[in-house]
Amino acid sequence: MLQLKQIEKVFYEGTPDEKRALQGVNLKLNEGDFVTVIGSNGAGKSTLLNVIAGVIFPNFGEVTVDNQDVTFVPEHKRAKWIGRVFQDPMAGTAPNMTIEENLALALGRTKKRTLLPGVSSKRRKEFKELLSSIDIGLEDRLNTKVGLLSGGERQALSLVMATFTKPRILLLDEHTAALDPSRAELITRLTEEIVARHQLTTLMVTHQMDQAIKLGNRLMMMDAGQIIFEANEEEKKNLTVEQLIAKFQEIRGKKMANDRSLLTV
Amino acid sequence: MVTALYGALESGLIYAIMALGVYLTFRILDFPDLTVDGSFVTGGAVSAIMIVNGSDPFISVLAGGAAGFLAGCVTGLLHTHGKINPLLSGIIMMIALYSINLRIMEKPTIPLLNQTTWFKEIGGFWERADLDGILLSLFSVVGLEAYAPKTFLVIISMTLLVIVIKKLIDWMLATEAGLALRATGDNDRMVKSFSANTKGYIIVGLGISNGLVAISGALVSQYNGFADINLGIGMIIVGLASVIIGEGLFGKDRIVRATMAVVLGAVIYRLIISLALRVDFLDASDMKLITAVIVVGALVMPIWWKQMNEKKKRLSRKKEAGATEDEHQKGEGASQIATTEAD
Ligand SMILES: Nc1ncnc2c1ncn2[C@@H]1O[C@H](COP(=O)(O)OP(=O)(O)OP(=O)(O)O)[C@@H](O)[C@H]1O
Ligand SMILES: [Mg+2]
Repeated sequence: MLQLKQIEKVFYEGTPDEKRALQGVNLKLNEGDFVTVIGSNGAGKSTLLNVIAGVIFPNFGEVTVDNQDVTFVPEHKRAKWIGRVFQDPMAGTAPNMTIEENLALALGRTKKRTLLPGVSSKRRKEFKELLSSIDIGLEDRLNTKVGLLSGGERQALSLVMATFTKPRILLLDEHTAALDPSRAELITRLTEEIVARHQLTTLMVTHQMDQAIKLGNRLMMMDAGQIIFEANEEEKKNLTVEQLIAKFQEIRGKKMANDRSLLTV
Repeated sequence: MVTALYGALESGLIYAIMALGVYLTFRILDFPDLTVDGSFVTGGAVSAIMIVNGSDPFISVLAGGAAGFLAGCVTGLLHTHGKINPLLSGIIMMIALYSINLRIMEKPTIPLLNQTTWFKEIGGFWERADLDGILLSLFSVVGLEAYAPKTFLVIISMTLLVIVIKKLIDWMLATEAGLALRATGDNDRMVKSFSANTKGYIIVGLGISNGLVAISGALVSQYNGFADINLGIGMIIVGLASVIIGEGLFGKDRIVRATMAVVLGAVIYRLIISLALRVDFLDASDMKLITAVIVVGALVMPIWWKQMNEKKKRLSRKKEAGATEDEHQKGEGASQIATTEAD
């Protein structure tokens, strides 16, 4: 359904600071795919997600969804079928608005916003049920301002907001990285559950190799703006962290000493 | 004295509409919009010229509001599509409006004393119904007739109008589109990822804000009995003062609460000004300076207060711990205040 053809992205082109963030990336996602993405810092993972979401436009190449060219469709229009969760727990919610207001806002992703009340009593009931399903007590705090929630709670809410309207594509950019281990664990579990429940086509960036291997049906590794390794469902089943590191060394021919610290096991 | 206070109450209510507009940009959109100084006059100018040319005064207020709406939209366009910084967009528009307002008015002042203003129009109905008589008799019953205003016309009519506008804003900010407007000011990256065209919301938000400001300007002109090209100077600070005083005194937790606070803040600001003007050595021309002092006070006092309380707590904790070390933080307070940003 989603296809990237020969995507190139250059920042500061023609200056000494020129940075080739993406260099000819090809990628094809099928309906229901859950692809995990790993790679060292600066590999171009976030840039790739931003190109898919329309936050930035590529210098070259084409993005298609169901064979329709969407390369230059602006972000807010593309959001109709893309759900996103960011790394920063502060980024995915509006802090000065309540939980129910945030959820009502998220509803507007797929339908036109009207002058009807954002939070009706019917919706409030639905929100309550929705939040009960993730079972961290948010259902009793519908009227709490989101800014008062902990990072983990906010990230759980962000995840719910991005997914409950069933986006065609879910983009997760290190969305557990800013959380302590137990909270990260919770969000990872929720992600698995929600993606499975709605059968969402997902692209998830992570720095944890074991997580990348455990989740999803496909895996890809990026370096210096390119996809340097891909594993399909079969290959991924038998993959180990050691093999991944070996793969990285083999392909890049670099010492892992530096990168090891970046690719946390 | 009593008359002055009722006068302050009356104009406070009319200026409250302007303060609500400022609240929309400063607090909801997080966009410090200086267009206000110009759009306030635009409202008065359009309204006055229409009245002079025989239009219905109420229609002229609406037309003034529409002109303000357009001015706000242009500021929004300058920012969203011209990528000009918010403060600068507002200043540019404010300057441009000065000339435009003169074009509309054709001269710096338009007197309305012999014209039918909206207040005179509803005043006719008011007298026929003898509502003042009824309200005054209430004062007499409790023996306070000396403290009664001459007429309740402006107070009652403006209270009603302000309540209607406040309720409309509360309603608007709770709609689906209103939530997106609020989120645009709160976290624009996030709303974009939820399909909202933030540029559109900024433009419309600035439009609505300046529409309210211009309505207020139109009513002030009709209330004063003249439209004046210089009426808008410093208006943004008056609006800010109302917002800050209101929020400080009455809270800003929920929208319905905050809008109420802003209205009350506008009235209190006028009361403070009218009391200040009763001090012998202060003139009407000192009003802007007084306003500046009020705003600085309202911004700095809460921080001062907090620091003082914290210091007290620190000191008492030290004493409890039995520490007798010298205090070395004396100069700290002042330097911190100097660097404190406006909230
Ligand atoms: N908006 C931008 N302007 C200029 N350079 C950018 C921009 N965004 C990314 N880059 C550069 O492009 C390269 C790829 O960045 P990107 O954020 O995609 O890496 P990443 O794989 O997500 O890394 P990390 O794991 O640290 O998040 C980096 O060198 C970065 O400095
Ligand atoms: Mg990144």
